[in-house]
Amino acid sequence: MFIGSLFARRETLKTYSKLTIDECIKIGYDSLFIIAIVSTFMGAVTTLQTAYNLVSPFIPDYVISLVVRDMTILEMSPTIMAIVFAGKVGSNIAGELGTMRITEQIDALEVMGINSASYLVLPKVVASLIMYPMLVVISAFLCILGGYLAGTLSGVITGAEYTYGLRFEFIPFTVQFALTKSIVFAYLVTSISAYKGFYTSGGALQVGQASTSAVTNSCIAILVADYLLAQIML
Amino acid sequence: MIELNQINKSFDSKQILFDISGKFEKGKTNLIIGASGTGKSVLLKSMVGLVQPDSGEVYYDGRDFTNGGKRLKTDVRREIGMLFQGGALFDSKTVEENVKFPLDMLTKMRKDEKLDRVNTCLKMVGLENVNTKMPSEISGGMKKRVGIARAIVNNSRYLYCDEPNSGLDPQTSILIDNLIKDITKELDITTIVVTHDMNSVMEIGEFVMFLYKGKKLWEGNNETIFDCGVQELEDFIFANNLMRTVRKNR
Repeated sequence: MFIGSLFARRETLKTYSKLTIDECIKIGYDSLFIIAIVSTFMGAVTTLQTAYNLVSPFIPDYVISLVVRDMTILEMSPTIMAIVFAGKVGSNIAGELGTMRITEQIDALEVMGINSASYLVLPKVVASLIMYPMLVVISAFLCILGGYLAGTLSGVITGAEYTYGLRFEFIPFTVQFALTKSIVFAYLVTSISAYKGFYTSGGALQVGQASTSAVTNSCIAILVADYLLAQIML
Repeated sequence: MIELNQINKSFDSKQILFDISGKFEKGKTNLIIGASGTGKSVLLKSMVGLVQPDSGEVYYDGRDFTNGGKRLKTDVRREIGMLFQGGALFDSKTVEENVKFPLDMLTKMRKDEKLDRVNTCLKMVGLENVNTKMPSEISGGMKKRVGIARAIVNNSRYLYCDEPNSGLDPQTSILIDNLIKDITKELDITTIVVTHDMNSVMEIGEFVMFLYKGKKLWEGNNETIFDCGVQELEDFIFANNLMRTVRKNR
């Protein structure tokens, strides 16, 4: 019903375009730093830990980067980043809408005859669907780069072997799978967080609770959806 | 004119409003008064459609707002301006953007026309050179004035003010009261003010409706209120020492 209300009594396309661009900057551009930091270190740690576990002389070194590649594309960039995304963007959305609710800003929109749900939430959902897949692509690139830097600088793998492992038996479908997951996760995080924030009532305490609840519920939804998508698509 | 016809409202099993009826005339400052928790804000929210009454109707110049379709509700709402208790200014927008917001959303005016209108309204409420300030950078009284400017910028026909004096010092309160009264006369609009401030009643109460435990007990104006003959209203009016002294000296 909440999602349905986003499409009732809509405003003009121009209004939504401007709001969506603003949200793209807030959701996408402003998340770049945290996504970059987490991805780079995640790739570096995965490389070192995989190397640490591959002690057999019968397993070639390029398997390290092959493992990093598949873990990154299949799970770490779409799913772990979605948890980070829920923590940063989801809590922000719930907090912002919750504060707007308790300070009567949402009521002010309604009194003006504006569909507040549509005006406030739809641009966030659309921006998230546009930006999160891009963040996942950037994250995957940085994760693999982080692995390369950690591997070559520590001497566990040479640059040539790392590159060979990245290309070895690459299945392009994994990228399609990762992007599908990213779209589903983006929708879940934004819609759950917006719902929690939009229907906040009470005061500052409840806004905090709404933010926490938004992140918790988003994380659970991401994990369940992750399992279901793996079951269906792989 | 705004008419109420037997408005009832309950939350869960608790009834908040009991058969509230009344008429609020154009060009007058109409006050709804009563103690805290008596149902004033619920009545106000029922009138603007933020709360759906269980029964009864609200008419805006003969248009049945309560039972009307979505189109009618949207049309009427676009003629309503409302000043909220805390101002309800949008935190992410400047003063100018806040006041301009209804024009951006509801009209097809040109940019320069909008800016002219915004500046005219800000001037009407006594605010100039604050266009670029954020809501967090202005005082409580200024927020209320910006809220009034935003409420009237779209040539609203109906102005609602929810506790316009809450949290303000006595001098600023009188300033806001007089501003509401002046704007009502100048624009010839129907204004409804919800308050529990007796100073406001005495300053601008051209029509006063008294609510007690969700029921309308009395209506009149600031000249007849002292002779109301309703015990609950007298208890409300003379609750503080100042008003008791006024009564003694009458």
